[in-house]
Amino acid sequence: MLDDVDRRILRLLQEDPARGVPDMADAIGLTPAKVTRRLDRMREDGVILGSHAVINWVALGYAVSVSLRITLDKTVSRAFDDFLEAARRVSEVIEIQTFLGRVDVRLSLIAKDLPDYQRIYREQVLTLPHIADIEALMTVATVKSDESLPL
Amino acid sequence: MMLDALDRQILRALTANADQSTTRLAQKLGLSQPATWRRIKRLQDAGVIAGRRLDLDAEKVGFGVTVFLGVKLATKGRVSLEDFERAIGAIPEVQTVDHVLGLYDYRLRVVARDLADFERVLRRRIMTMPGVGDVEANVLLSEERRPGPI
Repeated sequence: MLDDVDRRILRLLQEDPARGVPDMADAIGLTPAKVTRRLDRMREDGVILGSHAVINWVALGYAVSVSLRITLDKTVSRAFDDFLEAARRVSEVIEIQTFLGRVDVRLSLIAKDLPDYQRIYREQVLTLPHIADIEALMTVATVKSDESLPL
Repeated sequence: MMLDALDRQILRALTANADQSTTRLAQKLGLSQPATWRRIKRLQDAGVIAGRRLDLDAEKVGFGVTVFLGVKLATKGRVSLEDFERAIGAIPEVQTVDHVLGLYDYRLRVVARDLADFERVLRRRIMTMPGVGDVEANVLLSEERRPGPI
């Protein structure tokens, strides 16, 4: 179980994963050795999994971002497996989520511009197996995207 | 910004694991440490690498439920979008807010301790916001991030 000090460490790391141990120790009022011990424990327990660099796709020329909400034909027993396997092969798909609800799967798709999106949508999305229904939400603006947890 | 093969390898490596040192990454790519560092710096300066994010096991820190919400505004024109965006973004459980075109006006990603906690956030914080109309909730079962076209 995590205590308040653990949560304070995680909050600091969430703000800046590159933050050094001495700096965190100062902020919390613990010795660096104690902070290190807690970090090691949380890594061992699988609480802290690591960190990853975030890519800004717009800077690479991918100006279009679409959220595709897909309902699958559940009368086919392998519908999920087949669909997910094929969706992973579309390189413009950057996120895949499965849900309990009206939507079965969501794909986050990026494209350079609208003609590029139309091409990917027709040639690579509509040809994915076992789609019963598909709805597209096009991102106009991202208001918040930090994905931090309210620890 | 145009990427060459080495830039792509660096991006792939750092999006999978940003904890590795430049020295370690340089070894893997067969580059010198300063050359690797310069390339990373260039990717950061061009805004291609927008930042670094901590990966936590949400369940182990007490957030067992993630819900994607589609929100439709009921009274467009009477509610300022800026006010709505500011207020919805200020809810700590709301992790992402996207303004979208389509069936809904906003797409939200919300975390909660459990379904009862989610219901509390939804009813007390989100549904009470001025202008909120139709809401559709889908509970996240699994998620994978793909490397994307690099």
